[in-house]
Amino acid sequence: MKALMFGWEFPPHILGGLGTASYGLTKGMSLQQDMDITFMLPKPWGDEDQSFLKIIAANKVPVVWQDPEWNYLCQQLDGRMSPEEYYRYRDCIREDFHHIGTSGIGSIEFSGRYPDNLLEEIGNYTAVANVVCRSLDFDIIHSHDWLTYPAGVVAKQITGKPLVIHVHATDFDRSRGNVNPTVYGIEKYGMDMADHIITVSNLTRDTVIYRYGIDPAKVTTVHNAVEPISKEIENIQPIKGSKDKVVTFLGRITMQKGPEYFVEAAYRVLQKTQNVRFVMAGSGDMMDKMIRHAAYRKITDRFHFTGFLKGNQVHEMLKSSDVYIMPSVSEPFGISPLEAMQVGVPTIISKQSGCAEILYNAIKIDYWDIDAMADAIYSIITYPSMYSFLKNEGKKEVDEIKWEYAALKVRKVYDMVLGH
Amino acid sequence: MKSICFYFQIHQPFRLRRYRFFDIGNDHYYYDDYNNEEIIRRIAENCYLPANNLILQLIKENNGFFKVAYSISGIALEQLELYAPEVIDSFRELAKTGCVEFLGETYAHSLSSLNEDSEEFETQVKEHCNKIEALFGMKPKVFRNSELIYSDAIGERVAQLGFKGMVTEGAKYVLGWKSPNYVYCCANNPRMKLLLRNFKLSDDLTFRFSDWAWDQYPLTADKFAGWIAETPESEKFVNLFINYETFGEVQKAHSGIFEFLKALPEFAKQKNVSFATPSDIIDQYMPVDQISVPYPMSWADEERDVSAWLGNELQREAFEKLCSIGERVHLSQDRRLLQDWYYLQTSDHFYYMCTKHFTDGAVHSFFSPYDSPFEAFTNYMNVLSDFIDRVNSQFPEGIDNEELSALMKLINTQENLIEKLTEENKALKECNANAEMAVSPAPKKRVCRKKAESAELTETSKTEKKAKSAKSSEKEEKPKTARKRKTTEK
Repeated sequence: MKALMFGWEFPPHILGGLGTASYGLTKGMSLQQDMDITFMLPKPWGDEDQSFLKIIAANKVPVVWQDPEWNYLCQQLDGRMSPEEYYRYRDCIREDFHHIGTSGIGSIEFSGRYPDNLLEEIGNYTAVANVVCRSLDFDIIHSHDWLTYPAGVVAKQITGKPLVIHVHATDFDRSRGNVNPTVYGIEKYGMDMADHIITVSNLTRDTVIYRYGIDPAKVTTVHNAVEPISKEIENIQPIKGSKDKVVTFLGRITMQKGPEYFVEAAYRVLQKTQNVRFVMAGSGDMMDKMIRHAAYRKITDRFHFTGFLKGNQVHEMLKSSDVYIMPSVSEPFGISPLEAMQVGVPTIISKQSGCAEILYNAIKIDYWDIDAMADAIYSIITYPSMYSFLKNEGKKEVDEIKWEYAALKVRKVYDMVLGH
Repeated sequence: MKSICFYFQIHQPFRLRRYRFFDIGNDHYYYDDYNNEEIIRRIAENCYLPANNLILQLIKENNGFFKVAYSISGIALEQLELYAPEVIDSFRELAKTGCVEFLGETYAHSLSSLNEDSEEFETQVKEHCNKIEALFGMKPKVFRNSELIYSDAIGERVAQLGFKGMVTEGAKYVLGWKSPNYVYCCANNPRMKLLLRNFKLSDDLTFRFSDWAWDQYPLTADKFAGWIAETPESEKFVNLFINYETFGEVQKAHSGIFEFLKALPEFAKQKNVSFATPSDIIDQYMPVDQISVPYPMSWADEERDVSAWLGNELQREAFEKLCSIGERVHLSQDRRLLQDWYYLQTSDHFYYMCTKHFTDGAVHSFFSPYDSPFEAFTNYMNVLSDFIDRVNSQFPEGIDNEELSALMKLINTQENLIEKLTEENKALKECNANAEMAVSPAPKKRVCRKKAESAELTETSKTEKKAKSAKSSEKEEKPKTARKRKTTEK
């Protein structure tokens, strides 16, 4: 079976959880012998792992007919695409995209991030999909997250192949309910047009059903999983300066992640114990507010901000922690607690996170219940058996959550849509 | 004639309130009164009262033909006394009929039998016997351990406490091909007779009675008595040990469970099946074999072992912490501490911490007031931390239990001695005063009298001397004890 996937992020250059999930899922699916995946990205960097799937660089696909000189073409393609492939796509240009500013070879530039002109990039991406889908042979279209829904819909309209969309998040999660009408419009349009919808948790499934008015029969939950940790990461040594216990919040410091509840819980714990430090790692639009809040509570001597962590720093931080906490107000899934559990860190998650649906050996609290949160933190740092139980059992549990199994469920959805 | 041996278990824990860690050291009240009262009132109205009335009626109608046994934990009795005293009255009335037996158990429905190093188990069993005797006027002769936990070692301990029999689970992995419908005996002490629960027939009532999917649904008294009558000729009785809450609470009244019970004696009579209490059976039959249970078994879950209470690290840490403080609690003799100590030992607290999610997890979470085992653990440990602090604050730090108990003993004996001596002293003083009174008003007497007097005088002077020496010894001892006290109070 051949699948054409539209995605926005792919490791190693990722900005959020979407890239990690796309990678894990496609890798898991590639384990199925007859599965053939083509994955379109706005701007690949060239160092992506292409051993198990084919990546199409959207920023090299011609949407306007040009006849560049061979050397110039090769230089422009920069190894991301072969000239033969380029010509194949050029033969499939059917619509006029002259209104889009194109480069010398007729392709469009992408930032590959989430710029201010995001809507324009989405439109351009859709134009590229218009060309690509005509030249490829596939059985099913799979769009990851709202940015690529329009591309999926276009491909479906052109080829008549069924469309599956994968909801990694909705705007309700990102905005605590104050949705952006344009974004909502795009999401709703994609969901209406899709033949089937895959959500990453039942929480998201409910949002899709109740907030977007989608027929429940059309929505299936496939929980995310986590990649096994590599040797390289396993060998990272924890750095720990003092004997104090470390409680870590790791993620974007935004409204969605509930950082203020963490500060409040820290304040409560510090009233009672002194041998503990709190770390808020990451950056985001609420960071300054959080620093001010910690100062207001007079706990800054024990409450630390690291700023944005890159690459291995993330795992260093995780490994040096005694407790990982994710008090998200609304989290479609949240892979990071699973990653913390992989390196043996006891984890506290909010009940409003999708991953709470599949995790047992983690403490679950309501994000607003700071007393319960403080109590859970205190319990892990005070009672040794609680720490070791969560550490060992948590690791055991999370090692059994594999992308392979998630991929099988996705495959089932494909088969169902195709009527196999 | 075959017999049905009914034994009903009644137990309700004192559930803990949400006890956050900032309460440690600030608030020493641990119980969720609202919840406890609400639950015990509800169960009393749905189950205890109607079931008791029905059983009383059945006993009276059948003139001693219908018999049952109860095992009520001390904790449950305390809750009933607090919130539903009418239930106690109705049990008293049942006790008067003479057709009801009360079994002995641990006062706190605790896991103390699993702690071999401490006397806690014995203390609690005695405490429970006293309570039962005080309330119902009969001394338990047959023992039932909390959750039917049993092992050879426990059987031996129970025998030493003077019980002639014990009821426990007829776990498949222990019995193998053997039938639970015989009397067995303990491997460590052949005088200890064992009655084993017939879990198939017991669970038919407890779990399957109103299960439509069960192929025997609906279960009627006729059918049930028939099954018992059909057991092999040599099997003389069937042990049905069930939770009393089965009547009216687990199986609601509308399921017809009361009607089932009501009809049972009548159909039993027709099928030539009678009723007996555990004592009747133990007196009547000899053991056919001994059973050996080296590791503790219970009636919980599919495994029938103690993993529901001590299966994971969390439960074991909590239990060890709890046990470690036991000796000190008894040394302190503070009544509030002793009460909390009993309440905290209840096995239910450990049951809530069970993490066997997939198979039996549903049953565990059904009874648990907590959302998750982790919450149960955190809450319990917070309470326990506070309790331990309270116990420790009674004694100076850095003294181990042995030294402490030696000191306590010394203080006690010294105190007793002081008391004794002061009394003696007082008595002698009085005696002395009397003697002086006797001496002073009669100065002029005849010689023979004088002689007698002088003899008297010498005697009193002797006693005076004695008193003096006692006083001096007292003086010597007082600073000593005072010093001891100081050291212990540090």
